[in-house]
Amino acid sequence: MIDQPPAGTVLLETRGLSKHFGSLKANDGIDLVVRAGEIHAILGENGAGKSTLMKLLYGYYQPTGGEILVGGSAVTVDSPRRGRALGIGMVFQNFTLIPAFRVWENVALFLEAHGTDRRGLMDRIAALSRSYGLEVDSQALVRDLPMGDRQKVEIVKILSAGARILIFDEPTSVLAPHEAENLFRIFDRLRTEGYAVLFITHKMPEVLRVADRITVLRKGRISATLPRADADRNLLVKLLVGDQNPDWSDAGPRRPSSARPGAPTLEFVRVSCRTDDGRPGLREVSLSVQPGEILGVAAVSGNGQEYLGDLILGLRPAAEGSILLGGKDLDSAPPAEVLRRGVACLPEDPLRMGAVGGMTVRENLILGQQVSYWKAGGWSPDTKKLEADAGAALMTAFVQSPPSLDARAGNLSGGNLQRMVIARELGRDPGLMVSYYLTRGLDLSNAQAARELVLSHARGGMAVLFVSEDLDELFALCDRMLVLHAGRPAGTFEPALTTPQEVGLLMTGAAHG
Amino acid sequence: MGEARNLRFLGWGASSVSLVLSLASALVLFSVLLLTSGKSPLDTYASIFGSTLGNGFGFSEIFVKMIPILFTALAVALPARLSLVNVGGEGQLHLGALMAAAAALAVGAGTPPWVGIPVTLVAGMAGGALWALVPAILRAKGWLNETISTLLLNYVAIRVVDYFVFGPLRDPSSSNVPQTMTFAEGFRWPAFAGRIHLGIVFALAALVLFAVVINRTRWGYEIRAAGSNPLAARRHGLPVTTYILVVLCVGGALAGLAGTGEIMAIQGRLRPGFSPSYGYLGFLVAWLAGHRPLRILFMGFLVALIATGGDSLQIDQGLPSATVNILMALILFMVLADAWRPDRLEARIQAWLDRKSRGTP
Amino acid sequence: MTGSFLEGWLGGAVLTSTPIFYAALGETIVEKAGLINLGVEGTMLVGASVSFAVASSSGSVLAGLLAGMLAGGLFNLLLGPLVIGRGANQLASGLALMFFGMGLSAFYGKPFVGSSLDGLPSFPIPWLSNLPFIGSILFKQDLLVYLMIPAAGAVWYLLSRTPWGLHLRAVGEDRLVAYAAGSRTVLLRHQALFLGGVLAGVAGAHLSLAIAHTWTEGLTAGRGFIAVSLVIFAAWSPLRILPGALLFGGTLALQIQLQARGAQVSPFLLDMLPYLVTLVVLVLLRNSSRGRMPEGLKEVFESSREGK
Repeated sequence: MIDQPPAGTVLLETRGLSKHFGSLKANDGIDLVVRAGEIHAILGENGAGKSTLMKLLYGYYQPTGGEILVGGSAVTVDSPRRGRALGIGMVFQNFTLIPAFRVWENVALFLEAHGTDRRGLMDRIAALSRSYGLEVDSQALVRDLPMGDRQKVEIVKILSAGARILIFDEPTSVLAPHEAENLFRIFDRLRTEGYAVLFITHKMPEVLRVADRITVLRKGRISATLPRADADRNLLVKLLVGDQNPDWSDAGPRRPSSARPGAPTLEFVRVSCRTDDGRPGLREVSLSVQPGEILGVAAVSGNGQEYLGDLILGLRPAAEGSILLGGKDLDSAPPAEVLRRGVACLPEDPLRMGAVGGMTVRENLILGQQVSYWKAGGWSPDTKKLEADAGAALMTAFVQSPPSLDARAGNLSGGNLQRMVIARELGRDPGLMVSYYLTRGLDLSNAQAARELVLSHARGGMAVLFVSEDLDELFALCDRMLVLHAGRPAGTFEPALTTPQEVGLLMTGAAHG
Repeated sequence: MGEARNLRFLGWGASSVSLVLSLASALVLFSVLLLTSGKSPLDTYASIFGSTLGNGFGFSEIFVKMIPILFTALAVALPARLSLVNVGGEGQLHLGALMAAAAALAVGAGTPPWVGIPVTLVAGMAGGALWALVPAILRAKGWLNETISTLLLNYVAIRVVDYFVFGPLRDPSSSNVPQTMTFAEGFRWPAFAGRIHLGIVFALAALVLFAVVINRTRWGYEIRAAGSNPLAARRHGLPVTTYILVVLCVGGALAGLAGTGEIMAIQGRLRPGFSPSYGYLGFLVAWLAGHRPLRILFMGFLVALIATGGDSLQIDQGLPSATVNILMALILFMVLADAWRPDRLEARIQAWLDRKSRGTP
Repeated sequence: MTGSFLEGWLGGAVLTSTPIFYAALGETIVEKAGLINLGVEGTMLVGASVSFAVASSSGSVLAGLLAGMLAGGLFNLLLGPLVIGRGANQLASGLALMFFGMGLSAFYGKPFVGSSLDGLPSFPIPWLSNLPFIGSILFKQDLLVYLMIPAAGAVWYLLSRTPWGLHLRAVGEDRLVAYAAGSRTVLLRHQALFLGGVLAGVAGAHLSLAIAHTWTEGLTAGRGFIAVSLVIFAAWSPLRILPGALLFGGTLALQIQLQARGAQVSPFLLDMLPYLVTLVVLVLLRNSSRGRMPEGLKEVFESSREGK
């Protein structure tokens, strides 16, 4: 156990901390105070600058302005190792653990000097685990441990390395509800023992449940810092997103639904599937989408929505239930056939899943429908048709300055790649479009254009399964929305009859308790 | 369709200049090595280049070696476009030779060439393709990487051929030397200039076909896409698994033709050890050429030249012919290390051109 | 006379498995660091030729052995700048190294081709070597044979119980995590290459000094690739290398024994056995192997994407 300074002592402070990436101000003038014996939450939407701040504190990035003070004196945290030496410990969302190693090996890896005294180390781990309710078996292989236990290993790891300031990046994103509860109990223990706990999240219910002090980050700046007692839901929402939603503040009346009656284009009937590790991915999800209808899927990243596309495309088998396309059971049909039946997909990671980085834009634009661009049974390319169609496709998705057809797809910016894939998929005039995070990486005008494109296809009868984390977008675009949490459906709603707050709570599982 | 185009310098892309520089630096390093062991680099190079470029027969011999090397290079390059590493050219060429020999001996004398030669072609391709089939299946099923399986089978193939040549296919009249009987005239591939034979037509045709298929056909597109990003390719319906099987077997067939040509044109019979590592030389050529058709032609010529020159090293300089492996390995090192980085080179050349146009000293 | 056949075979198996064992042990260290060296064949050839040359010239087998070890270590290190520094394709680079080794060993070994040397003497252990049957198999071998088990134990200890080994394995699993933990990823991998090369050098030295007692071009005849396969077969565990090496040594030795006894089996079919057995075993053990493969290695096999 480390000698702890009395509760309330300032352990870590930042003054005017800034990080600029060219013209992008990821963090701007951050003044943060972290005290011993306090749980301090940093609340912010995606892109507000939370992870940049954490990387600054831990030494992955160097600040472009301002300073960091530990124990009252200014320090330069030039590497994670230095950060650890200063008593800062960090638990990342995706954990810095080696699954193939045992628990004690992972702990040992991050210690400066542990010699070869394996027994001694394992005893220390056992003692630490007991004191903080972090029971873990030192000999266990990390890859055999569930997420909650892996997180315990991470905490033991940083405590062993002498951390006094513990920073957690989105700690509950990979935890089941009861594991999250356990984590909050551990936070409590740590607070009592005089540690400083800093945790970053976008989930308001958690913040309200556990934090002593709340800092709200918005667009790289601190919106406010306030003690828990002064905070409530409405105030936090206002601080988080401001008073208006710039994109949709004057959206006017909601667009009329273009859903057509009759047989649904897509149906899921009690579909369940497993993840690669054999755990449940989706649990008894049922949904249906009419032609021309936009069905939103509201879920926080990693709650099962990632399997929807794979299931439809036949890349992953459904363990239970059936999927019907145009009334006919898909029956794990292979991708080639599913695409032939008029399905298009904008995947979650377009570079990795939807494009061939080593090929040109021109060649990427025909992926999936390449057959129609060759004559003579595949021997001779129909270059005229290709140029014409490729150029036209680009124009639909790019408001201005489309990339050159000769550009290497892997060199495109994220936004350009996204639009290229959108252009391609919608250019096929599909009957069903499965879209993940349509406007990710797109600026205002291009995002508008992309939405318009989808809407116009929907008016023409295309059914859309619209996966998004952006509640504003979901509410403005969708005719109905399905909420997924931990692989289970948490309700299907019409936007007009609910509010973003309610849906947000369901997305984070907060409505259950 | 094609790749993104970059700066051209004197009509050559930066990557070509970089290649030439890699070759040059390898030659320099090789010279240093020779010097440190008391051998004269000049004499060595004179021997290598003199015996090949210096006289008519030597020059024609380059092409004789180039024929099997082109085939084995294609055997590596085609799967490589699908990001598969086929190191089994040596084994596949042995099996191709074996099948062709067996077919020729089975069908027998009196066969006219217009029957005999196609028989050897079909048998040779079949032998090579069959030898690549098992690694192909193992890779397609995700059970074993093709690099290891093709490599191991190389050693098996050589012994399979030895078994047949010492055993069932042995020429009873040559008791001292293990070899098969000579093949009947109808199966032999004719030569026309020196020992350059019909195989050169087939090899060049295969090279052209490779270029056309990879760059202009739909299958070439699909192969290149799957080679670059198999996940995206699968998601868009490309039959990646089928292509794995096809390219490895076609590659095997091509290597089989390398072996067939050697025994049907040059050797006239099947003997053990008839291949001076043509399979591995082809691997070298393909990687030096970045698996691109025109470069394969160029590098094939170069490697064939060095290999041919190496033969005379034994006589002229008293150096083992394997010495040229050093030079070839050095060239490959330079190319793999991207030693004269085309993009940096491009930037430097551009800067130099800018300075020139501005007239600054 | 099956008794003496078995004795001869098993004794031969132990002897023959020794080079494969050391080469595989060295390659295990390299692969645990997330690298794969298909050029072990070349390193072994360098080790074999250098050790023979030095032993011949100096008259000291020990000098030869040490020279072979050093040469092997330095030779393997060539892969470092190529694969670590420039990120070149590991499979092709390894094969280039093999060519290089084949050429270098032929070049420098030329003067020694065909000459013979007593080389490494066999060292019968007093009393134990007089035991019936196992005496001649296990206790009338040379020093390097006896050192196999201690070597395996030492490498196991190095990898599993020292901080160096921990960081090395971390580099082989996840370089980013290792970097975050402060591991010196570049240095560690070069050290692994050197150590692996030293052991491959030992393997080559044993081959020329203790088994063949001579030097010829291409002496290793594919043993380097068997060693690489053996590492996979042993699921990257230093302790499992020995049984695997014995298996392959056994098939190699079998052929010699059967020929000596005038058996009617074609020597070529027997000669194929080691490679075929390797292939079959690799396929049969694919699932358990995949489970133990260092994550960094998986990338090598799945790589060659996106333009490389």
